[in-house]
Amino acid sequence: MAALASAAALLVAGSADAEAPTRVVSMNLCTDQLAMLLADEGQLLSVSHIAFDPLASPMVEEAAGYEKNHGQAEEIFAMRPDLVLAGVYSDPYTVGLLRRLGVDVVQFPLETDFDGIRANMLKMGEVLGQVDAAQRLVAQFDADLAALGPNGEERPSALLHYANNYTSGDKSLAHQILLAAGFANATTEAGITVAGSVPLERLVLLMPDLVISGQPYPGASRAEEVLDHPALRVLQQKQSGATLTDAEWVCGTPFVLRAVARLVDIRERM
Amino acid sequence: MLLRIWLLTTLVILFALSVLTGPAGLTLVDTVRALFLGQGEAATLVMREIRLPRAILGVMVGASLGLSGAAMQGYLRNPLAEPGLIGVSGSAALGAVIVLQTGLAAAWWLALPMAALGGALAAVMLILLLAGPRGSSLTLILAGIAISALAGAMTTLVLNLSPNPFAASEVVFWMMGSLSDRSFDHVWIALPFMIIGWVLLLSLGRPLDVLTLGEDAAATMGVETRRVRMVMVLGIAACVGAATAVAGAIGFVGLVVPHVLRPFVGARPSALLWASALGGAAMVLAADLAVRLILPDRDLKLGVLMAIIGAPFFLHLIYKTRGELR
Repeated sequence: MAALASAAALLVAGSADAEAPTRVVSMNLCTDQLAMLLADEGQLLSVSHIAFDPLASPMVEEAAGYEKNHGQAEEIFAMRPDLVLAGVYSDPYTVGLLRRLGVDVVQFPLETDFDGIRANMLKMGEVLGQVDAAQRLVAQFDADLAALGPNGEERPSALLHYANNYTSGDKSLAHQILLAAGFANATTEAGITVAGSVPLERLVLLMPDLVISGQPYPGASRAEEVLDHPALRVLQQKQSGATLTDAEWVCGTPFVLRAVARLVDIRERM
Repeated sequence: MLLRIWLLTTLVILFALSVLTGPAGLTLVDTVRALFLGQGEAATLVMREIRLPRAILGVMVGASLGLSGAAMQGYLRNPLAEPGLIGVSGSAALGAVIVLQTGLAAAWWLALPMAALGGALAAVMLILLLAGPRGSSLTLILAGIAISALAGAMTTLVLNLSPNPFAASEVVFWMMGSLSDRSFDHVWIALPFMIIGWVLLLSLGRPLDVLTLGEDAAATMGVETRRVRMVMVLGIAACVGAATAVAGAIGFVGLVVPHVLRPFVGARPSALLWASALGGAAMVLAADLAVRLILPDRDLKLGVLMAIIGAPFFLHLIYKTRGELR
């Protein structure tokens, strides 16, 4: 019976090579997106519940076509997957448990630059047996990036400012998005290269040309109140404005190019 | 009079130090120029929008808490009475958290201080109901423990249920209090309620003085205990509610300050009210300076520092009054 089901799934998978997994479950927001972009129809069974959250996921509509999982070993095992996609920071107990149960789990590293994005797209293509599609996706990514045009001589400074006065440092995707869009990162320029909390006073003294704030979550928190602090409001009004990071900033996928494009647009109007 | 001058001088010095202290590393000349002349755009923003409101809030919150403690102790004639310890601040925090998480506070600016005031009001009335007009230490503290515990648990519940991923970790702020990254928005939210509270509580000077002679004597001198009680309840609710809404629950200020100043004013409640307001402001400013100097990058909570200073006082007071506790 089970053999029959997997044979049927193989038929649906079509172009995938014979070795390709047929029952794939993704439990990480970023692997969700890469898998949805690359998997053959019917190959991917389920994506994480975060893929359904419009604040974090740029692929909410696509996600609706898949089952939702909450990253629990039990529910994932019940889906009888032949491949589970996870991030390196996914719950190690869940990953360990699934592996002990004999499920193949592939973990993807965090992307901290555009090369990391390319590498993860190719890796996803490999594990899904969709190497050609992955190569096409990378080629498209490079073409789209090139089409955004060259950066100007002058790099205006942009401040990445998240809840609790957190900034991203230079080992982050957000930093690379800024650079790709022709901005300089205000904090790293000032020598604050490690991600972490920086006192608001010091951030204000940087006088950035653009303030890029983390997107507030529903409900309220003191951590997010600083995003709307009057000192920053003054900066935002006086300078060229403000913008939010959103779902397109979270994961290393081709969607980061939309974020880059929006920033390029802002820079050109400055 | 001498005490007042002394307290005022301390307060002014602490205020100046508070405005001059911060992680931005501005020089003394820069800070003064920025603050008074608005020279240097970034420095002016730092001074006028970040440091000045913080110092002003420190004064407002400290004065409110010191005054509330002195008034409550004067009325109950019990040195252990303090809004933070008996759950009034905790209940105010619960009120604040509820309106913040339901979105009411964002829809209407008055909702936040009013809800905190409501929480504080409910707690004071409940305490007075349980402890009785005399406010015996045992019932006062036992009722306070129960109300504190309940308010703390409910605050934690509300924050845990919030859809906001940061909210749950902010239990610490609501229970321990902090002035970091506050702004003039918070000053304007709290100020009207605090002014009402100050006026109400300071008006209690003479009645509280007379009450030290006993309730019967006070009645013959035209002091209506009921009215005094009502004014005190409203005043404390307004002061503690507004302070907690913007700075979280900061305990022990209303305990330590009147206790330290009492010997200097000859145990006259009316003099103690003024002195405790000034002393409370100085104490919170000093504590807020200390948290910035001890661990500048970690947002050490004010309540932690106040508890380290205040708890020994509290234990000492319990030891002194233990005969009465039986």
